[in-house]
Amino acid sequence: MNRRKKSKIILVIIVAFVLLIMISGSMITDEMLAPDFSQKNQLPSLKHFFGTDWLGRDMFLRTIKGLQNSIIIGSIASLISSIIALIVGGLAGTMPKWVDHIVRIVIDLVMGIPHLILIILISVLAGRGVRGLLIGIALTHWTSLARIVRSEVLQVRNDHYVLVSRRFGKSNFYIFKEHMIPIVLPQYIIGLVLTFPHAILHEASVTFLGFGLSPEAPAIGIILSESMKYLVNGVWHLAFFPGLSLVLLVLLINKLGENLSLLLNPYLARE
Amino acid sequence: MNITHYIIKNFMKMILLIVLVSVVTFTLAVNSPIDPIRQYIGTGTVTDDQRDSIEEYWGLNDTKAERFVKWSTNLLHGDFGDSIIFRKGVLSVISEKAGSSLFLMLSTFTLTGILGYIIGLFMGRFRDSIGDRILKSICITFSATPTFWVGMLMLIIFSVKLGIFPIGFSMPIGVRADEVNIFDKIYHTILPALTLTLVFIPNIALHTRSKVIEVLESDYVLFAKARGESQKSIMKNHVIKNTVLPAITIQFGSFSEIFGGSVLAENVFSYPGLGTTIVTAGLGGDIPLLLGITIIISIFVFIGNFIADLLHLFINPMIREEEI
Repeated sequence: MNRRKKSKIILVIIVAFVLLIMISGSMITDEMLAPDFSQKNQLPSLKHFFGTDWLGRDMFLRTIKGLQNSIIIGSIASLISSIIALIVGGLAGTMPKWVDHIVRIVIDLVMGIPHLILIILISVLAGRGVRGLLIGIALTHWTSLARIVRSEVLQVRNDHYVLVSRRFGKSNFYIFKEHMIPIVLPQYIIGLVLTFPHAILHEASVTFLGFGLSPEAPAIGIILSESMKYLVNGVWHLAFFPGLSLVLLVLLINKLGENLSLLLNPYLARE
Repeated sequence: MNITHYIIKNFMKMILLIVLVSVVTFTLAVNSPIDPIRQYIGTGTVTDDQRDSIEEYWGLNDTKAERFVKWSTNLLHGDFGDSIIFRKGVLSVISEKAGSSLFLMLSTFTLTGILGYIIGLFMGRFRDSIGDRILKSICITFSATPTFWVGMLMLIIFSVKLGIFPIGFSMPIGVRADEVNIFDKIYHTILPALTLTLVFIPNIALHTRSKVIEVLESDYVLFAKARGESQKSIMKNHVIKNTVLPAITIQFGSFSEIFGGSVLAENVFSYPGLGTTIVTAGLGGDIPLLLGITIIISIFVFIGNFIADLLHLFINPMIREEEI
C-alpha cells in the first residue's frame, strides 16, 4: 500500500468519526441530559462510561453533546476566518503595493495582541454568547492563512499568463478568481482544516473563562469549569474524561490536516 | 540601509502598532452595545434628567473623534480612567497585579526557551530513535491540549492526590501582602509555571528539531563529516550556530501566546495577576480596565518584538554585514 492510499484511508476514517460524533450528538435529547438524582456522583462504569456529576447527569452524553457544539462552532468560525484570509491575502497580492503594506501592518497588529485577550475583548464588546464568540474567533484566526495566501499570490503575480490576462483587460477580480484561486486552493483547504483545532481550543478556553456559551449549554469549556469546584474533593473523572475527549478530537483533526496536506500540497507530494 | 536606519524603522513600526491598538480598542468600545452609564451605576435607577447630566459631564454627546482625542491625550498623560469594579485608577490596579504576572511569564519564557531548545536539539540529533519518537508524540499531544486542562490535571495530581503544592493563590492565605517572602512566592508559582512550560515547549522544540535535521542533511555538514570533523564539533560549529537564531525568533514570537496562556493558567490556579483581573473586568463589564490591560499587554508584546529585532542585529552577522 503506498502512502497516498494510506492517507486516503486515514482521511475517510477521521471524517467518519467526526460525522459519528455529529450524528450521535444530534440524537441526544434534553431529556437524556436531565438531572437524575438517583445516580449522583458515580464513578465511571459500564452504565455511565464517564461517570455522573453531582446532579446525576451522564457525563458521556454531555461530553458528546459538547464535542458536537465544539465542532459546529469551530467549523463556522474557521470557515469565516479562512474567507477573511482569502480576501485579505488576495488583496495584498493583487492590489498596488500600499495595500500590501497596510495588510502587513494589520496582520502584525492582530498577531501582537494575545488571541485570547482579543477574543475576550471582542466577545465582551460584541455582547457575550455564541455571537460574540464566533466574531471573536473569526477575527483572530485569519492571520497565518492570510500570510500563506499572500505569498502564494505574490509568486504568480508576475507570471506570463497573469500578465497576458491583464493585457487583455481582465479585472483584478477576474484574474484573482480564474488564475490565482486555483493555485491557492490546496494551501487554502489545508489551512482551513488546520485553523479548526485552534478555533476549538480557543472556544473551549473562552467558554471555560465564562465568556462564551451560556452555562446551560453542554460545552466542554462549561463542563470543565463546573468540575473545577469539585476538584478539591478529589472528583477527578468529571474533569479528566471530557478534557481527554477534546484533546483526542483536536489530535484527530490535526492528523486530518497532516494527511490532507500529504495529498494536496504540491511541495510535499513530489517528495 | 544601516544599523541606525534598521533600529529607527523597527522603532517606528512599534510606535505605529501601539497607536493602532489604541485606535482599534477605542473604536470597539465606542461601538459596543454596552451602555456605560448602566454599567457604572449597576443596579440603581437614574432619571432621564440625571442621565442627561451624566452624559454631559462625561462628554458622551461629543463626536467620536473628539472623544478619541480626549481619551488618547489622557492616555499619554498616564490616565487610563477609573476601574468600575475596583473603584480606583486603572493604572494602579494594573501595576498592583502586573508584578505576579510578569514573574510567572518570565519564568515560563526562560524555562520554555532553554528546555525547548535543548529538547529540540536532542530530538533532531537522534532523529527517529526511540527517545525522539517518544518526545515527539508527547510534544504533539501537548500542543493539542488546552492550557487550562493541563493546569487542572496538575492540580489533581500534585495538589489533591499528592498534596505537595497548594491549590492556588500566589501567597499563603491570611498573610499580609507585604509580609510574603520570596520563597512562598516561588512555591506558589511552580505549578502554573510548570503548566505553561509544558504547553509552550512543543512549539519551540518541534521547530528546533526540524531545523536541526535540515542542517544535518545539508551539504556543508556532509563536507564537514568528510573532513573528519567529530560529531561533537559538527554540533557545536554548525548545528547550534545555525539553529539558535530561528529558535530565538520563534521564542519571541510566542511572547503574545504566552500572555494568552497565562490568563488561563492564572484562572485555574487563582493566581492574582493580570490574567485573573482581565477575566473579572470582562465578566463585570468593566470597560476601562479591560481596555487598559489590553493596551498595556500589547505594549509589552510589541516591546518584546522590538527587542527580538535588536537581538537579531547582534546575533545574526548577516544583517550586520549587509549594512556596513
